[in-house]
Amino acid sequence: MASGYKYIEAIEKHAGLLGICIAVMVSIGGLAEITPLFMKAHSQEAPAGVKPYDALRLAGRDIYVREGCYLCHSQMIRAQRFEVQRYGEHSVASESVYDRPHQWGSKRTGPDLARIGGKYSDDWQRMHLLAPRTLVPESNMPNYPWLSGTAIDAGDIQARMRVLRRLGDPYTDADIAGVADAVQGKTELDAIVAYLQGLGTLNVDTSAPPVPATPAAAGQP
Amino acid sequence: MPNTETYNDDVVRLFLLAAAVWGIIGMSIGVYAGAELAWPALNFDVSWLTFSHLRPSHTFGVIFAFGGSALMGTCYYVVQRTGHTRLALGGLAKFTFWGWQLACVLAMVTVPLGITQSKEYAEPEWFVDIIIAVVWVSFGTVFFATLARRRIQHIYVANWYYAAFIIAVGLLHIVNNLALPVSLTKSYPIYSGVVDAMVQWWYGHNAVAFFLTAGFLGMMYYFVPRQAQQPLWSYRFSIVNFWALISVYMWAGAHHLMFTALPDWVQSVGMAFSLVLLMPSWGSAANGLMTFQGSWRKLKTDPAVKFMVISLVFYAASTFEGSMMAIKSVNSLSHYTDWTVAHVHSGSIGWVAMITIGSLYAMAPRALGQPAMYSHRGMEVHFWLHMTGLLLYVISMWLAGVTEGMMWRATGADGSLTYSFLDSLIAIKPLYIVRALGGVLVVSGMVVMAWNLWHTAADARAHLIKPIPVPIPEPVMHQTPAPLPAYP
Ligand code: HEM
Ligand code: HEM
Repeated sequence: MASGYKYIEAIEKHAGLLGICIAVMVSIGGLAEITPLFMKAHSQEAPAGVKPYDALRLAGRDIYVREGCYLCHSQMIRAQRFEVQRYGEHSVASESVYDRPHQWGSKRTGPDLARIGGKYSDDWQRMHLLAPRTLVPESNMPNYPWLSGTAIDAGDIQARMRVLRRLGDPYTDADIAGVADAVQGKTELDAIVAYLQGLGTLNVDTSAPPVPATPAAAGQP
Repeated sequence: MPNTETYNDDVVRLFLLAAAVWGIIGMSIGVYAGAELAWPALNFDVSWLTFSHLRPSHTFGVIFAFGGSALMGTCYYVVQRTGHTRLALGGLAKFTFWGWQLACVLAMVTVPLGITQSKEYAEPEWFVDIIIAVVWVSFGTVFFATLARRRIQHIYVANWYYAAFIIAVGLLHIVNNLALPVSLTKSYPIYSGVVDAMVQWWYGHNAVAFFLTAGFLGMMYYFVPRQAQQPLWSYRFSIVNFWALISVYMWAGAHHLMFTALPDWVQSVGMAFSLVLLMPSWGSAANGLMTFQGSWRKLKTDPAVKFMVISLVFYAASTFEGSMMAIKSVNSLSHYTDWTVAHVHSGSIGWVAMITIGSLYAMAPRALGQPAMYSHRGMEVHFWLHMTGLLLYVISMWLAGVTEGMMWRATGADGSLTYSFLDSLIAIKPLYIVRALGGVLVVSGMVVMAWNLWHTAADARAHLIKPIPVPIPEPVMHQTPAPLPAYP
């Protein structure tokens, strides 16, 4: 038997040693890839002029998460010519610094939404969320009629902002105090529309040259 | 020495029952979700029934409830048989059963209600995550405590895989779910943006690696030699494959984030390691298949062997496909499309479900005190239902994926895009119907299996089973490789 085998044999005869070796082997890869990102993330600045989500958009983002929109829509335009042509400038890391968790998605049953903001009117968005097939007969997106019936609770949003502040998002006391006014009389539908309209418009670097207009066919139903 | 020690098969039987039930539930939810994509009226404007609420319940149901129960049950069975010892800490083992069922029920009810973190395959909120972590640590404790009291000095290959599965999944689960709660039903992860994406796909990919692959390889390494009734083809080869597999997998997660805002070097590392990964993957598949050498005739007579052989073929096929999809230019076409879904299900309905079903058919009669399954015909019918359903599913989604990929990138002579997004949806809609049909066949097969198990369990239900005594081996000095333990 080859001499190297005796080490393997030792591992295979001692459960504790086996466990330790496994733990070491499986940790290396993750550590090597994630640690550098982690270090870099601490120096990652939000783009100039981009603030964390305001009260209404934060509420909207959490509704997007709750409804599971990410299961059919990505928010990550890849650096590929045909993607940029369809959806706009490719996505960059700084755009999702305030996304906990990220909403990049992995499957497009519907189109990408990273730059959906401003593409349609608020009214179109509302109608589309409540009953997509009235606007796009062939769509298979579900209706979300319950969104229009529920009001946003200011206390809840304040609690969320406080937790986000503890995690490092720069909310000021004034931001938190202003929540009640900002969500006064708003429904979940208003909130998610505000969130969608901000995608690609309010989370991007405003000092950079404007994103070139995208040709036709772009995400159009 | 009087032999009074018996195997603890009670908890094994409970997990067996749970696996059969969760299999039907989880896959039925998949069928329903698939049907909703073809016929959106099925969403019925009910929030918890809506596709985007049900889909995570499907993935949790099949991976963690069905797969998890099958893995824990077979793990308890295998570690006792290969160590010639009774399961340690019987009470804690019972707790892992009930704790796991509680976690599964909570997860599958809360997620459709909108209580979700939206991290794929880690959707349940923090309170469910804590239950999962506690159960997982207990599971590991029972497993290692049983290993510690084994009577066979050499730890059999299957147990290495179960050990890797337990350690890695525990690590992944905890690191990926670190979050700060706002309330009982809402929390925010400590990671954001690109770091969150990398942590999530390090988890997501390795959930595939250590849950859907290493765990089930553990199953394979025990039940395949058992059913072929001959030793593993190559023991040396299994050592190489094991250490290569567990160390390479952890590097490959970045192939889920090709061409995204993730730094380029991480993407390239992910691609390179995904290609290397093909070798240990095919190594295990070959080792399993070659173990049948000399007993191929069993393919004709033993449906459990049929399930096992086809599962290994699909394991080889889906890992090959996966490594190809990790090549940047291929991923550029396949990413975001139903090709990924086809790959997922050739891995899960092909490999994961079939090795599980084969192992359950091998284990159930022994754990239930019967010479064989109640109905041989039932197993045959199950096999053909499953095969047909699987092929319909995988082929339809593969066609759909390639169609989407091609249509999204098609450009005319003037350089403008040829198709709108909607054109691609219209083109693949009929394939969604075929997929749903395939799913119905797979679930029907699962129902046949449940019926068959129910009858096989007649004695168990009447409490007529006698516990099986542990064969106490003579102590031996140098055993390499460990002989397969005698038939109970
Ligand atoms: C009756 C059989 C099954 C049917 C009809 C079915 C159906 C589906 C459907 C409709 C989806 C959503 C795809 C989409 O978002 O476009 C899905 C996703 C998924 N299913 Fe299944 N499924 C079945 C069995 C299984 C099994 C046995 C497993 C695992 C053990 C599994 C694991 C998954 C996973 C991991 C995903 C997520 C895929 C992704 O994110 O790309 N499924 N399934
Ligand atoms: C050598 C082995 C494998 C490699 C290199 C591999 C590679 C890949 C790649 C490149 C993707 C597509 C990522 C994307 O574009 O979004 C993927 C997705 C996936 N694979 Fe594999 N794969 C392998 C084996 C398996 C096996 C055996 C399964 C088992 C059940 C599996 C389950 C999945 C799942 C669930 C996803 C979907 C993730 C998501 O987007 O939600 N893979 N894999």
